[in-house]
Amino acid sequence: MTIAAPTTARNLSPFADDLSEIRRSRLRAAWIFCRRQPLGTFGMVIVLIMAIAGLCADWIAPYSPTANDFAAMTEAPSWAHWLGTDQFGRDLLSRIIFGARTALIVGFSCAIVASVAGLVLGVGSAYFGGRLDLYLQGVLDVVMAFPLIIMALAVVAIFGTGIHNVIVAITIPLIPRCARVLRSSALSIREVPYIDAARACGFGHSRIILRHMVPNVMAPYLILLTAFVGQAILAEASLSYLGLGVQEPVPAWGLMLQGGAEEYASTAPWIAIFPGLAIALTVFGFSLFGDSLRDALDPKLRDR
Amino acid sequence: MYRYIIKRLLLVIPTLVGAAALVFLLMRLIPGDICVVRLGSGGGTFDERAVQACHAQLGLDRPVFLQFVDFVWGFFRGDFGISMWSGKPVLYEIAARFPVSLEIAIMAVVIANVIAIPLGTISALKQNSPIDLAIRVFSIAGLATPSFWLGILFILAILDISQAAFGSPWMPPIDYVPIWKDPLRNLSMVIFPALTVGYRTSAVTMRMTRSAMLEVLREDYIRTARAKGLVEHIIINRHALKNALLPVVTLIGIEAAFLIGGLVVTEQVFNLNGIGRLFVQSVQNQDYTMTQALVMLVVAAFVLTNTVVDLLYAWLDPRIRYG
Repeated sequence: MTIAAPTTARNLSPFADDLSEIRRSRLRAAWIFCRRQPLGTFGMVIVLIMAIAGLCADWIAPYSPTANDFAAMTEAPSWAHWLGTDQFGRDLLSRIIFGARTALIVGFSCAIVASVAGLVLGVGSAYFGGRLDLYLQGVLDVVMAFPLIIMALAVVAIFGTGIHNVIVAITIPLIPRCARVLRSSALSIREVPYIDAARACGFGHSRIILRHMVPNVMAPYLILLTAFVGQAILAEASLSYLGLGVQEPVPAWGLMLQGGAEEYASTAPWIAIFPGLAIALTVFGFSLFGDSLRDALDPKLRDR
Repeated sequence: MYRYIIKRLLLVIPTLVGAAALVFLLMRLIPGDICVVRLGSGGGTFDERAVQACHAQLGLDRPVFLQFVDFVWGFFRGDFGISMWSGKPVLYEIAARFPVSLEIAIMAVVIANVIAIPLGTISALKQNSPIDLAIRVFSIAGLATPSFWLGILFILAILDISQAAFGSPWMPPIDYVPIWKDPLRNLSMVIFPALTVGYRTSAVTMRMTRSAMLEVLREDYIRTARAKGLVEHIIINRHALKNALLPVVTLIGIEAAFLIGGLVVTEQVFNLNGIGRLFVQSVQNQDYTMTQALVMLVVAAFVLTNTVVDLLYAWLDPRIRYG
């Protein structure tokens, strides 16, 4: 920290300088991350490209993702259709660009809801301890006994298919995975003297949890969040591929591989190749970014 | 040690009962009457008597608690009821499809470890070199690539290569023949799905081997071994790898989850009639008895695997406290 600026009439708050300092140090941290973690930066770039594609799909995509062109069915990649067309004459590039939107909506909603729920359960369970912790862990253990895709399929079996149900189906199995990791981080923080100090000051539970514990589990939280986005995208693609996820005509990558991909494997391989490449690249980007984030945030791993 | 084993085994019971309760609850969360949903999904008409018969068959006319007891008791006896789709016993349907899935799973585990352990070790030995980077990218790509897409790519490659080699496209057979009857036919059917599932599974093991190896290589006894002038390959194989592979054992549990997930989609890609495909079909056909039984079986298998892994790890690593 630099020497605090003298308080003058114009600069009443001594914190104003600190804020700009924090902002500058964040930029610096980002810059250091990019320099030290070239793979992570590469992953971040992929994620950014996909995010831009998803957000601006309406302006970027050359065609409508649902428009059939029966004069141009299973056409090979060309200048008119960069990635070719599918068996209904729909432009693959446009469908992939719009598919990015579906993937990211599912990925981020699942990851954010699951990690926030996991944060509340994990940190709350660690802070209060005792019976609550015991019972909660028991319940979470039971949910953890269901492999992700099995739980997701069971939920889909009950509520049916469609994008909203898919989000619910993927979010539920992610919650205990997050809660467990954050609980163990929070447990070690609970024993640190400043928590006792906060308690001695007479602060309420919510203040101690929100101001003193939650900020300290942010590193594992962020790592989990990025990992979850990738996992959720992959799970959504699998469900859609099985015909139990997002339904036509919503453009989704897994769904694009379901119908014609195998049928036209020898005559129109591009139908099978490009959507899968989009899934793999996006998840790859999130994994690289998440891995590097872990390396950067976890001092124990720094020199590995 | 015995106390630990018994304690750990006893812990399985509440988890399994909890899981059974969850599965039981989930299947009763289905909006509406499952018999009406089921009978109406064909588009045909049905009368009240058919619904009542369906209720009686599923035991839905009994109190909920008794239904649950029946469900758990049936599970222990291996009686999972009658499939709502085919009308045959659930156990019969599962038994018919079990060998394919089991064979793919075993082969996938073998393939995964054959790929993962050497590559993970090399990666650790050549830390931060271009080889290390390439192996790490290869393993992260394994986690990122959806198994169904990898399967489709395999099929594309098989078609193209066979077309080029024999002049006509060839596809792996889809009807299961036991390995002792026709090994070649069996292997040509199972190898590609096993590779698909195995590559994805290997990614996890590879990363674990690498980080465990890196940790072990920094230990004092490795330095001592070097100082004694031991040959490098003995240091690596006898001193380092042996200890580094210990935590890799714990991964078997995670691998099991990957295997199950991988099988569900991969069997679909290769058109194989295994457990995974049965699962997807039962969800599609709203065959609730089958879905319920399969979920419960998978969870039981998963919980038991994890328990065995815990015990194995405690046995292998004397440093673990039997708390």
